[in-house]
Amino acid sequence: MNEIVSKQIIGPAVYRIEISAPRIAKRHQAGNFIMLRIDETGERIPLTVADTDQEKGTVTLVFQAVGKTSEQLGAMEVGESLLDFVGPLGKPTHIEKMAGVAICVGGGIGVAPVHPIAKALKQAGNRVISIMGARAKELLIMEEDMKRSSDELLIATDDGSYGHHGFVTDVLDKVIQREGAENVGLVVAIGPVPMMRACCKTTEPYGVETVVSLNPIMVDATGMCGACRVTVGGETKFACVDGPEFNGHEVDFDELTKRLRMYLEDERAAMERYNHEMKDHKRCYES
Amino acid sequence: MAKVKIPRQPMPEQDPKVRAKNFDEVPFGYSPEAAVLEAKRCLQCKKPKCLAGCPVEVLIPEFIEKIAEEDFVGAAQMLKVRNSLPAVCGRVCPQETQCEELCVVGKKGEPVAIGRLERFAADWERNNAEVTIPEIPPATGKKIAVIGAGPAGLTVAGDLILKGHEVKVFEALHKPGGVLVYGIPEFRLPKAIVQAEVDYLAAMGVQFEMNAVVGKIITVDELIEEEGYDAVFVGSGAGLPTFMKIDGENCNGVYSANEYLTRSNLMKAYLFPEYDTPIARGKRVAVFGGGNVAMDSARTALRLGAEASIIVYRRSREEMPARSEEVHHADEEGVQFELLTNPIRILADEEGRVRAIECVRMELGEPDESGRRRPSVIEGSEFEIEVDTVVVAIGNSPNPLIPSTTPGIETTRWGTIVADEETGKTTKEYVYAGGDVVTGAATVILAMGAGRTAANAIEELIKDK
Repeated sequence: MNEIVSKQIIGPAVYRIEISAPRIAKRHQAGNFIMLRIDETGERIPLTVADTDQEKGTVTLVFQAVGKTSEQLGAMEVGESLLDFVGPLGKPTHIEKMAGVAICVGGGIGVAPVHPIAKALKQAGNRVISIMGARAKELLIMEEDMKRSSDELLIATDDGSYGHHGFVTDVLDKVIQREGAENVGLVVAIGPVPMMRACCKTTEPYGVETVVSLNPIMVDATGMCGACRVTVGGETKFACVDGPEFNGHEVDFDELTKRLRMYLEDERAAMERYNHEMKDHKRCYES
Repeated sequence: MAKVKIPRQPMPEQDPKVRAKNFDEVPFGYSPEAAVLEAKRCLQCKKPKCLAGCPVEVLIPEFIEKIAEEDFVGAAQMLKVRNSLPAVCGRVCPQETQCEELCVVGKKGEPVAIGRLERFAADWERNNAEVTIPEIPPATGKKIAVIGAGPAGLTVAGDLILKGHEVKVFEALHKPGGVLVYGIPEFRLPKAIVQAEVDYLAAMGVQFEMNAVVGKIITVDELIEEEGYDAVFVGSGAGLPTFMKIDGENCNGVYSANEYLTRSNLMKAYLFPEYDTPIARGKRVAVFGGGNVAMDSARTALRLGAEASIIVYRRSREEMPARSEEVHHADEEGVQFELLTNPIRILADEEGRVRAIECVRMELGEPDESGRRRPSVIEGSEFEIEVDTVVVAIGNSPNPLIPSTTPGIETTRWGTIVADEETGKTTKEYVYAGGDVVTGAATVILAMGAGRTAANAIEELIKDK
């Protein structure tokens, strides 16, 4: 159960792993997420799903090693298994054939969760324009996947090393103007919080519906603990069961940013401890 | 009548000052000598009154008699005739308002310590004897799905496996036990004990599937129509935390009791960084509420290193829904009580971290519909308490996941599932429910009683099917 069947490094500290989980693969819908726990002492972390393959019975995760758990996950090899793998969780994206075009914006690692949504929107018969962005060319992920799942793919890099020199919001603005706001059915924007906030600011004057997918801290992810509280339209919502997708124009991004910083010190301590252990482990191994 | 002269045997426990700093269990339990002495206090009434106080009607005089005869394993087996989780119930049941309240010995003195004896017998068997598995009748070919591995679900599973049916328990979390593992702290109910009781069920043939969120990975309808289950029992508990809906409740450092306790108990955050899940180790912690969950949270805060752990409750001590033993233990350990006090706002610093709570003083007026005196605000009594962590422990309601994905299951306006009291039958054919998902947050033993009721009804349903 939950065996890693393939693994690729697709960017600096960015991993793409495929987990054998046939029932989840069969059940997964765009917008859902999974929870995992690596081992007995591990924490439960939510991860978005980059792709699923029903025939192979696999769920593909794309993640960046930024903390102890993601580092540890990145260090796992094909053939190893995760102790716990739970899904599909959260509400799926509302997918329908719209009159207007769908614009899917992915920032950095956020391209991974955008991918299945773009794919589903296209499959539903929509014209999909995707915009993906990163700081630099080597940080762009899943370009081929996104190309396949979109009618048009536009790219922006902060340093200008590839595509438009600037932010995804510049491109988003141009696309909305080009298509005409009234012809845009939906914007989906997923990525770092500042990027999602900026996308919402961009679309707001046009009155274009904008969906964001939030990634707050979670524990059980079934609506039991409320760790993932977010304020949307002045109301408290649980991202795990009421989301993770919300109307971006109503999200309190300030609060989300603060709540994401809740355990920064603990995360740093855990990371240091892990690196230390790995060094010791390596030393033992080498001697 | 020499019997009544033996005083109720005290149960030794850790010194409050010491135990407030560790997560080890508070009481040590009876020694065999003390257990036998206590058992001899039982009058062995011909028509025992105590049974009527027990939701699962444990064979109380019978198991106590076995202890008096020093047949401790026999006592444990006698307990298990009616109760598949005796080591749990011996610890967390409110015996003082159930069996012990009705004990005849208690009319003139202190009642027989039924709970302590139950705990002793179950512990003795687990620690000293090979646990014997009762004989399981030949397979009937009938399949029952149990949703939720909490007290209600475990009881249903234990009862129906003994009838020869195939029983599978689906649990959303990664460990079985429900509130016994995520909610009740280690110092009140060691997790190894829950695991042992689950292992016992597994040894009888109950199957467990963890990480299975019914309503997501599979629906109740699919269990019946596609997987061929003859009946489904829903025991998904009351897992949806209630918040105060006051300003500042989404600040960093504000937890639902569910989150605080789940981090500490299920995820073992008290062992961070050995375990990866972090938890705020607040110096000054306020806990809102006056129930057992509030006491558990306040006592957990002390053990996580809090210098001050403060219960903030809007009524007085008499109205507290917590067991008196829990309040007493909390008090002994140094938990402070701000009674007749209601929080109205949580104040944060610039980074969004809790720095204080603003409260008002309350006074009690006439009794309300719950029979408790209604608190009202004393005008102009606002004051602040400096805290860095807040735990909201004012209650839970059922998780809507299963009702919302199961057409045909009716719920009340409180979100609880409508189920017949006599049978646990819901408004949907072949589907039964019991425990907190039906009653709203209540006790472990009531959930077990509801599980027993539903198991009997399910047996009636499928034996003729």
